[in-house]
Amino acid sequence: MSLTVIKPGFHTTVQDLGRPGWRHGGIPEGGAMDSIALRIANLLARNAQGAAALELTLTGPQLRLEQDTLLAVTGAEMAPTLDDEPIPQWRPIWAAAGAVLAFGQAASGCRAYVAVAGGIDAAPALGSRSTDTRAGIGGIAGRPLRRGDALPCGSGAGAAKAWGSRPKWAAPAWFAAPPRTLLASRSSSGSTAGTTVLRVVPGAEYGQFREAARTAFMRERYRVAPASDRMGVRLDGPPLETSDSAELLSHGVIAGTIQVPHGGTPIILAADCQTTGGYPKIAHVISADLPVLAQCSPGDWLTFTEVTSGEAQRILLDQEREMRVLAAAIRLSSPFSMNLR
Amino acid sequence: MNFVKSADGWAFSIAPLGDRALVVQLPPQGENQPAWQVSAELAKLLRAAKRSWIIDVVPAYTTVTVVYDPLLLYQTASAGVLLFEVAAAEVRAILQQLHEHQHRHQINQQEQLPKYAGVLHQEPRVIEIPVCYGSSYGPDLPQCAERAGMSEAAFIRRHAEAEYRVAMIGFMPGFPYLTGLPPELSQPRRSSPRSIVPAGAVGIAGGQTGVYPLATPGGWQLIGRTPLALFDPKRAEPILLRAGDHVRFVPINETETNLGEWQ
Repeated sequence: MSLTVIKPGFHTTVQDLGRPGWRHGGIPEGGAMDSIALRIANLLARNAQGAAALELTLTGPQLRLEQDTLLAVTGAEMAPTLDDEPIPQWRPIWAAAGAVLAFGQAASGCRAYVAVAGGIDAAPALGSRSTDTRAGIGGIAGRPLRRGDALPCGSGAGAAKAWGSRPKWAAPAWFAAPPRTLLASRSSSGSTAGTTVLRVVPGAEYGQFREAARTAFMRERYRVAPASDRMGVRLDGPPLETSDSAELLSHGVIAGTIQVPHGGTPIILAADCQTTGGYPKIAHVISADLPVLAQCSPGDWLTFTEVTSGEAQRILLDQEREMRVLAAAIRLSSPFSMNLR
Repeated sequence: MNFVKSADGWAFSIAPLGDRALVVQLPPQGENQPAWQVSAELAKLLRAAKRSWIIDVVPAYTTVTVVYDPLLLYQTASAGVLLFEVAAAEVRAILQQLHEHQHRHQINQQEQLPKYAGVLHQEPRVIEIPVCYGSSYGPDLPQCAERAGMSEAAFIRRHAEAEYRVAMIGFMPGFPYLTGLPPELSQPRRSSPRSIVPAGAVGIAGGQTGVYPLATPGGWQLIGRTPLALFDPKRAEPILLRAGDHVRFVPINETETNLGEWQ
């Protein structure tokens, strides 16, 4: 099985769950920005949850399926089609060889994930197939997809079964719902309707920010700036000043860390962030909400709300419990007995 | 904050970094050695302890950051306990071993230390980095020598004679923050950064000297270039340098190396 890239899309990369364990060498952990969407796509395609899949950004690619395969699309709504017929997301899909899987622009969210049975079989670098474009490793030659790339796929449970009969594709009536922990993040009422809420715990330098800055950070809205990428989500909004402008020595940082360059606006570090940084940290997006951050597009509005460390821990454990239930449910379902349309 | 203070004033604190990492903050000046040396030793010890839930240990100037897997840690914790507290308690216990190790000759506790504490007996490594100084490899060398008020040859000699140590790795894969640049070789950053600096470029910015592991835009004054890869994902040890290593720059000329590798 392989996929041929007809159009690469805006920024499509191979991603798995990243390469932890190399930060001491300055190598980012990387991996899918929305790890929950990646894991669910893999579950639906009968892969291990951490198999390599494609991460699509804002505008998706066009891909030709060279063999019959089981696949799944999760994450941002990106109007997927197979030979121009709309197909559903968050479901396993049997697709016939020769079909063209195409995407439009993200109608909501920022990043979609395409898992195919067997996973994308790119050569691993430092234990991961995740593309790190800055280090030039992982994925396809350490870069985003290009027209003409052939993406080899491994052999998975759904890869060997030929979808010999027609129609072109089929999907079951059920779908996988993302964990409820991720649904709390969209405010639908009042003046903040359409605003994404990210839950945070305070950073080490929170107390060094001026009272007005702390209030603004927790109350005002911030807008995702166009310069955002997999290294960091840059925000436009009220500048945040510290009362103490002492320089910090470089120290370890992780995805979710919200650092504030001098008197400036916050940057939320993301999957490909540097391993060390020197700016004051006002807060950290909780681990369970990193998939929410991944779906923020330039122009989107954000607010922050504080939770305790205990709450952050409980939300993460709840999310994992839901993922376990979902994994079991998908395993028990049969992708081979599908209601045809 | 969790402070541990011993009778001789040796102290550190442990604070959370978000909800899946913690930071060990060391006093800026250790008892007999700078904080970054303590940090490098502690990082070595934490890695050698091989806890399954420890994902990454990142030593820096006065801190060691430990990134952990909350889900793995949860399996070993009792219900209702804050995972940060569990991780902090383990890290504190390991750090205490470093302290005891440093005083073992007085208290004769060596045999009570866990086996992995043996990493502390390893001599620091000495890594030699061959450098082609000047010409097209170090286009800023003439101006640097002029600013320092010495000849190019003297500038090269001073840079290559000095003893450097890796205080930390960060910023990009394999990038060493080196201590030990002779003060008279300090240089201002370039007023306009180069849009691309090649991998292996050896430069100076302020009181720091360093080597770019990857091609990247940069504002350092470039004085030379090494054919040695500081980051090579295909090598068994992808990252050449580690915090704590000694580094020496060895001048070479163009004919001594395969320049083809640089292109």
